[in-house]
Amino acid sequence: MRLTLTVWRQKDAKSEGKFVTYDAPDISPDMSFLEMLDVVNQRLIEKAEDPIAFDHDCREGICGMCGIVVNGNPHGPRRGTTSCQLHMRSFKDGDAITLEPWRATPFPVLKDLIVDRSSFDRIIMAGGFITVPTGNAPDGNAILVPKDCAERSMDAAACIGCGACAAACPNGSAMLFVAAKISHLALLPQGQPERYDRVLSMVAQMDEEGFGTCTNHGECSRACPKEIRQEFIAQLNRDFLWGSVFSRPKVAGGSGAG
Amino acid sequence: MELKSNIPDGPLEKKWDKYRFDMKLVNPANKRKYSVIVVGSGLAGGAGAASLAELGYNVSCFCYQDSPRRAHSIAAQGGINASKNYQNDGDSIQRLFYDTIKGGDFRAREANVYRLAQVSSNIIDQCVAQGVPFGREYGGTLGNRSFGGAQVSRTFYSRGQTGQQLLLGAYQALERQISLGNVKMHSRHEMLEVVLVDGRARGIVTRDMITGAIESHVADAVILATGGYANVFYLSTNAAGCNTTAIWRAYKKGAAFANPCYTQIHPTCIPVTGDHQSKLTLMSESLRNDGRIWVPLKKGDKRAPGDVPEAERDYYLERKYPSYGNLAPRDIASRAAKQVCDEGRGVGETGLGVYLDLADSIKRLGEGTIRERYGNLCDMYERITDENPYKVPMRIFPAAHYVMGGLWVDYNLMSTIPGLHVAGEANFSDHGANRLGASALMQGLADGYFVLPYTIGNYLASTKQAKVDTSHAAFKDAEAAVATRVKKLIAVKGHRTVDSFHRELGKIMWEYCGMGRTREGLKTALQKIPVLREEFWKNLTVVGGNDEINQTLEKAGRIADFLELGELICLDALEREESCGGHFREEYQTPEGEALRNDEKFCHVAAWEYAGEGKTPIRNVEPLVFENVHLTQRSYK
Repeated sequence: MRLTLTVWRQKDAKSEGKFVTYDAPDISPDMSFLEMLDVVNQRLIEKAEDPIAFDHDCREGICGMCGIVVNGNPHGPRRGTTSCQLHMRSFKDGDAITLEPWRATPFPVLKDLIVDRSSFDRIIMAGGFITVPTGNAPDGNAILVPKDCAERSMDAAACIGCGACAAACPNGSAMLFVAAKISHLALLPQGQPERYDRVLSMVAQMDEEGFGTCTNHGECSRACPKEIRQEFIAQLNRDFLWGSVFSRPKVAGGSGAG
Repeated sequence: MELKSNIPDGPLEKKWDKYRFDMKLVNPANKRKYSVIVVGSGLAGGAGAASLAELGYNVSCFCYQDSPRRAHSIAAQGGINASKNYQNDGDSIQRLFYDTIKGGDFRAREANVYRLAQVSSNIIDQCVAQGVPFGREYGGTLGNRSFGGAQVSRTFYSRGQTGQQLLLGAYQALERQISLGNVKMHSRHEMLEVVLVDGRARGIVTRDMITGAIESHVADAVILATGGYANVFYLSTNAAGCNTTAIWRAYKKGAAFANPCYTQIHPTCIPVTGDHQSKLTLMSESLRNDGRIWVPLKKGDKRAPGDVPEAERDYYLERKYPSYGNLAPRDIASRAAKQVCDEGRGVGETGLGVYLDLADSIKRLGEGTIRERYGNLCDMYERITDENPYKVPMRIFPAAHYVMGGLWVDYNLMSTIPGLHVAGEANFSDHGANRLGASALMQGLADGYFVLPYTIGNYLASTKQAKVDTSHAAFKDAEAAVATRVKKLIAVKGHRTVDSFHRELGKIMWEYCGMGRTREGLKTALQKIPVLREEFWKNLTVVGGNDEINQTLEKAGRIADFLELGELICLDALEREESCGGHFREEYQTPEGEALRNDEKFCHVAAWEYAGEGKTPIRNVEPLVFENVHLTQRSYK
């Protein structure tokens, strides 16, 4: 296959970026999208040109490190698929493909297609955990979890923290990411003691990071490589409402339940 | 070099209790006066950093990814072992211990493995309490599945994403400690040097991968939890960034490197399709619970799998190992796959593949059950191969996956450099010559949650150290060494890309030091690798400079180290004149083609000591003493 790539190139966080077009001949349909970029980069390096910088690590769709907006779609055209697991057979000979980094204010571009997602870590820091220091646990089977709860919790816990949801959202909202963590823990008995403090702290931190609010576009779930369902946002909203009414007020970005 | 294992005396089952009673403690008010550096944020590093911070130590944690949640532990699929005996099927600490020792082909230390089996239950409890959504039965109790090398069901799982869920548990505990100010997290930092003051590990030098800044960090103890080096084979199931640099730098500063040739080739990976390929994807071993492995009986049978009648199929694992069948340990299953492919009975376009067939299980249990158990794996397979595994058997082939070798550590997980501790895959301690499935997660978390928090305290309480800061000459020298090395990589200005060197090294390693090794082959590799390394330093091209995000430069540094490590692996494989576990020397096999150990000469750990640039490293030996198990020829028939 021969492709034309239009790629966002930006030297660093401070520089202005621009689109640059590259010709990409001899691409095999069996390559993954990132392997196609590897090939393009090898050719650039051989010409002593700066290769396209992009984040990636496991290349099997689980670490959440990769993330490229392909023709306007975070992670590309195939549903439920990360950039690294997208294969070139999803494209055809002669296609023009545009590659951009995640676009959201709380994800500043560091170079080319690489963005800073530390805002997601800070949201987890605010309360996305269960307080149980090592050594405090009762026997595993002392806590019974109905199979259905465990399965639904796992559906939410499957989130890989890649940020595609926020990149896809017209409001730049991270609600699906936050909702996935809230639901993962709220659906389990272990998550109950901190349930409402958690949702208030995490939402406050999300706001502080500059993510927008949810207006039910549903682009997030569509872009999500793990197909996390929008219903979890409803769970978040319910818990947030309940927590706002009945919990003590918490300081934004506070120390969680620690 | 003296290798003191520091195993406590007394009966096996009392050693860990005795250790915990005899060890020195740090008073709670004094813990905050001590600082600990943890390099790596996977199961061992993340769990260790969080647990040490909970105790009150000042912890700094480093990872090369953008977030600690991305460490490669996240990719582990199938599960984690624990001797809970929830299934009432005869499991016990003793049995998990024995299975692990036997699975490792009697090349691991008894006391370490026993401790691992002891704490395995605590790990499950801890993870459940953290909210890890393990698979459950209808009554709400924890579910179990079977894994290779065991005849009991002791593997706990979260669908096919167990590593992810366990890592998120550790990551969440770590983030909580970061929010409390007990851990300072440094992501996108790569460790490039370990710093010794008065012979003790007192810190590290890192490169900030965004700005290129070379920085020193001081502590009272250093932990390396930096994973394995299977990427030395170029194509492996490891993440692209997995590397040997941290442990290789430590080796060159005096930490012994144990059993580098013990590498694990995993039997169930998606076969290679072409030269462009950058990695191989694992299909969890748990599939072998419900998938039957076969090839056609006849050589060169090119019929579609559905057209091969039952009578013309060879379910070779079931035939050769009737009692374990498709659940034979990984080394055995991998070699068996290689044998049938060598005989010309491999499947797929390249002939390097065997079938893993879910059809019988789908017939017995229904597609729904199979989808519930392995849905995400089957989806992943379909995405990569464009074939539907519910309809057509999967094609699989062995691939480099894990390394049992690593830095030598004593019972405290301390290397031969005082103060430098090594945890998880980066150390050599618990798996001998072959790791059983679902044991890596167990070991990583055991080291992080339940071993290091004790042994680090004991080390700090029993060691008097002077105060040092980054202005100390040792730190300045290390910074200068790192800066010089980076400059040197950029200054080569040759014509070959880093990837092309990596690919060539990987081909040498796979061909001569992969599933079958011979004296001649290893000698050939030992000639080829230094030649390639020399070319690397003459003809490498790195675009761009140090003061920016430069992924080519990062990779060049890692490959430079792999080019040295590869040689040590081959040397170790050459010197170990026996076959054991994942190390199969073709000269040493039984008439049936099984690994033939030589307990008289090689019942020991080979710990290599760096002897200086251009000098042959020194092979030190730690004899393995078996007081509780009887060494036998491993049999899974």
